Amino acid sequence: MALLEIKGLKTHFKTDDGWLHAVDGVDISIDRGETVGVVGESGCGKSVTAKTVMKLIDMPPGKIVAGQVLWKGRDLVPLPPEAMQKIRAKEISIIFQEPMTSLNPVYTVGEQIAESLRLHEGLSRREAMDRAVEMLKLVRIPTPERRVRDYPHQFSGGMRQRVMIAIALACKPQLVIADEPTTALDVTIQAQILDLLQRLKDEMGMAVMLITHAMGVVAEVAQRVVVMYAGKVVEEAPVKALFAHPRHPYTQGLIRSIPRIDLDAQHKVRLEAIPGTVPKLIEPAEGCRFAARCKHARAECRQATPPLREVAPGHRVACILDL
Amino acid sequence: MGNYLLRRLLIALPSLLGISLVLFTVLALAPGDPFEELATNPAVPPEVRLALRAQLGLDDPVWQRYLHWLSSMLQGNWGFSFVSRIDVDTLILQRLPVTIAIVGSAVILGLVVALPVGILAAVKPYSWFDRIASTLAFIGFSLPTFFIGLLFILLFSIELGWLPFVFRADLSETGWRWWIEQFKQSVMPVTVLGMAFAASWMRYVRSSVLDVVRLDYVATARSKGLSERVVILKHATRNALIPVVTLVALQLPQLFGGAIVTEQIFRIPGIGSLLIDAILRNDTPVIMAVTFVLSALVILFNLLADVLYGWLDPRISYR
Amino acid sequence: MAGSTPASATAETQALGRPAAPASLWADAWRRFKHHRLAYWSLWALGLLVLAVLLGPLVYKVGINDVDFKARLAPPSWQHPMGTDDLGRDLLARVLYGGRISLAVGMASMVVAIAVGVTIGAIAGMSRGWVDAFLMWITDLFLSMPQLPMLLVLIFFFRDGLKSLVGPEVGIFVLIVLVIGGFRWMPAARVVRAQFFSLREKEFVEAARALGASTQRQMVRHILPNSLGPVIVAATIDVAAAIILESTLSFLGLGFPPDIPTWGRLLFDAKDYLDIAMHWSLFPGLAIFITVLSISFVGDGLRDALDPRRVL
Repeated sequence: MALLEIKGLKTHFKTDDGWLHAVDGVDISIDRGETVGVVGESGCGKSVTAKTVMKLIDMPPGKIVAGQVLWKGRDLVPLPPEAMQKIRAKEISIIFQEPMTSLNPVYTVGEQIAESLRLHEGLSRREAMDRAVEMLKLVRIPTPERRVRDYPHQFSGGMRQRVMIAIALACKPQLVIADEPTTALDVTIQAQILDLLQRLKDEMGMAVMLITHAMGVVAEVAQRVVVMYAGKVVEEAPVKALFAHPRHPYTQGLIRSIPRIDLDAQHKVRLEAIPGTVPKLIEPAEGCRFAARCKHARAECRQATPPLREVAPGHRVACILDL
Repeated sequence: MGNYLLRRLLIALPSLLGISLVLFTVLALAPGDPFEELATNPAVPPEVRLALRAQLGLDDPVWQRYLHWLSSMLQGNWGFSFVSRIDVDTLILQRLPVTIAIVGSAVILGLVVALPVGILAAVKPYSWFDRIASTLAFIGFSLPTFFIGLLFILLFSIELGWLPFVFRADLSETGWRWWIEQFKQSVMPVTVLGMAFAASWMRYVRSSVLDVVRLDYVATARSKGLSERVVILKHATRNALIPVVTLVALQLPQLFGGAIVTEQIFRIPGIGSLLIDAILRNDTPVIMAVTFVLSALVILFNLLADVLYGWLDPRISYR
Repeated sequence: MAGSTPASATAETQALGRPAAPASLWADAWRRFKHHRLAYWSLWALGLLVLAVLLGPLVYKVGINDVDFKARLAPPSWQHPMGTDDLGRDLLARVLYGGRISLAVGMASMVVAIAVGVTIGAIAGMSRGWVDAFLMWITDLFLSMPQLPMLLVLIFFFRDGLKSLVGPEVGIFVLIVLVIGGFRWMPAARVVRAQFFSLREKEFVEAARALGASTQRQMVRHILPNSLGPVIVAATIDVAAAIILESTLSFLGLGFPPDIPTWGRLLFDAKDYLDIAMHWSLFPGLAIFITVLSISFVGDGLRDALDPRRVL
């Protein structure tokens, strides 16, 4: 049984112009100890998917219209808030994108780490603070005994993200959702943070759902990749298979648009961009959502939304063509 | 923190000086002789008049008069009231406690109402609670305090006869009867003022909490599995209060305005009514002293607000 | 806004979903304004009020000083829709007249406050260093001064002087307008200064500068229109506050001369007859209340309409 199984999830938002189909029928499953990368461009619904798992979506205007989120076999969607609160941070935790604003400025980082510990493990103030120091050590923050009493504004962006990781891992959850954890950081810091996440994962054995728009990151860190586009999953495969033989035109476009500065570039290949823009997600029409930008598009593509079909073991694609 | 306090103090002092300068300029520029009361008051013999003129340096150059006046103000030598025939500082000290008690209670009442209502309205924006509360707030600060006061007197004193409408500083009752009488005569002015404060503060609290609740760290708090109540009260409110404190402090000058009107309606013998009486009776030393005291109080409270702000927001102390 | 993730994903995707509006900014603002029900109705109420006050005395030809001892303290009736005061004078006529004065004082004070505020804010915003610091210190100074006591003191000192200069009514009008406006310019100044600071370094200003436009002119031309929104909101608040201040002053006996029936003055006269002539206090009080309430709602509606960041 998979640790997390998202089945047919649909999260819609009510707007003045109609219902926005941010997540429109998404299936993702994650096994124990697995790192799954979820990629896609801005607005494709990956963050909303992640927040829906944690039930952190504002319920008006948002609404989970259909689908299940099975955590160890138990559906989280109908769960009342009190039950959900027990799962958050203890079993599933999340790391957000913006370290500069994700920490409360008026409490010390120690207090913020200790908070989850005191809530979920019933530790005393003293015990929780000691554990907070350990967590800071774990995420490689120097002089943790002193730093534990410092405020967020006294840390740099990269350090704050480490603190966020510390908070997320404090109660040793079984799944960590990392929502674009390095997007807001400098490139060199990005590498450090990803490295840290990888190492912690090896040490603690948790599963990771890594959300990003950078294909390069996913190639390094993930074991399986899920590609999302306009609220739907368009391709899903083990990482090597995805990069070796991407089947969906969108995935192909994504991989081809990664700038290469290695030897292959000596051939001076034109950097390929995917023409067009993401379609409007308000009351979208039937048909493949990528059709407007796809150079292989045919009449059938616009008639019905292609379902995910298995083209190789573990490799599924939402396209009627064989590319 | 000490550094920060020192800086705020250094800013407060020139402000006090600035206000005193403005006050004195007004006095100096005023056409006519504000001290003509001296001349027309038969009870003041000519020698005393001349001595006072010399003491006040009315014939000296302006800047000298200013320095002289300022130094006597700061020393607590506030002059002599022609009308009440006692030293101005005694007069003010007599009346100040009542005003502080009434305004203080009104501030507390205002906060007690504004904070929970504002927070609840922000947590469920555009709900029926929010709409009713916001509309009541608008009504509250559109009704001039004197009108509400009159309506209250009409209802509770005249129609229902429950509460007295004349305030007595010297109640004859003792023990807990004194407290009951005190409550009965204070409840209307305190409520009138307090509700006016609550009306405008509630809007500030609401908009501040609304701003904070959208921020990322509130989402982080929720993601830790904290209950919604803890998220709002511990994480959001603590941050939302910071700008509210500044706004309330900035509104302090208006508080005194409200006190003046309330004291007039309910005939409370406080600083506000002292000012009005002094104006109507041309008692210049009292006017100058009361205005100076009120300005000093405002600056003092602004300083306190700065201190509070520095204590609430750890980012401030480290700048 | 950089650095803040909205709690829902609608913000981003909505930008992609909405078609580009060809309508002008004003039309958009008007649409947002109408969304605010209370503001919309208040605008109508205010319009009616202004019309009544301006045209009323032309239609309702009862004198404000017509004394009639037989009809003293009469409750509302067909003959006297708002009743009469202790000298038998018709209250409706007096309230209508008072309305003109209150509105005139409100508008004039607002003009003074905005003019002073925008000027000071613009100067502070355009200069750096000590000019800005000095102007900010002055702004803080004025903000610290207890408004009502200072108003009272100023009126006390200058009332007679102005009276002898330009006559009692005009004198007190000018004094009150200058004094109220003189204490309400600070919010507008701050807002304008903030706009200048935030826009000063923006590209379009640089572009204008590159084209050779002089610093002052180009700043004013490009930056000032951007601060229009908050300044308009501040202006509406100023009108409401001025009306309340004027009536407070009159109520304390320190406003217009006793024979001029401003709303505050009417309440001042009426307060001693509270038990026997309730109508006398009620109508002027309600007039102030409804006027200020409508203006406040309109101001709130304007804030919704003109603040682009607002999530409605």
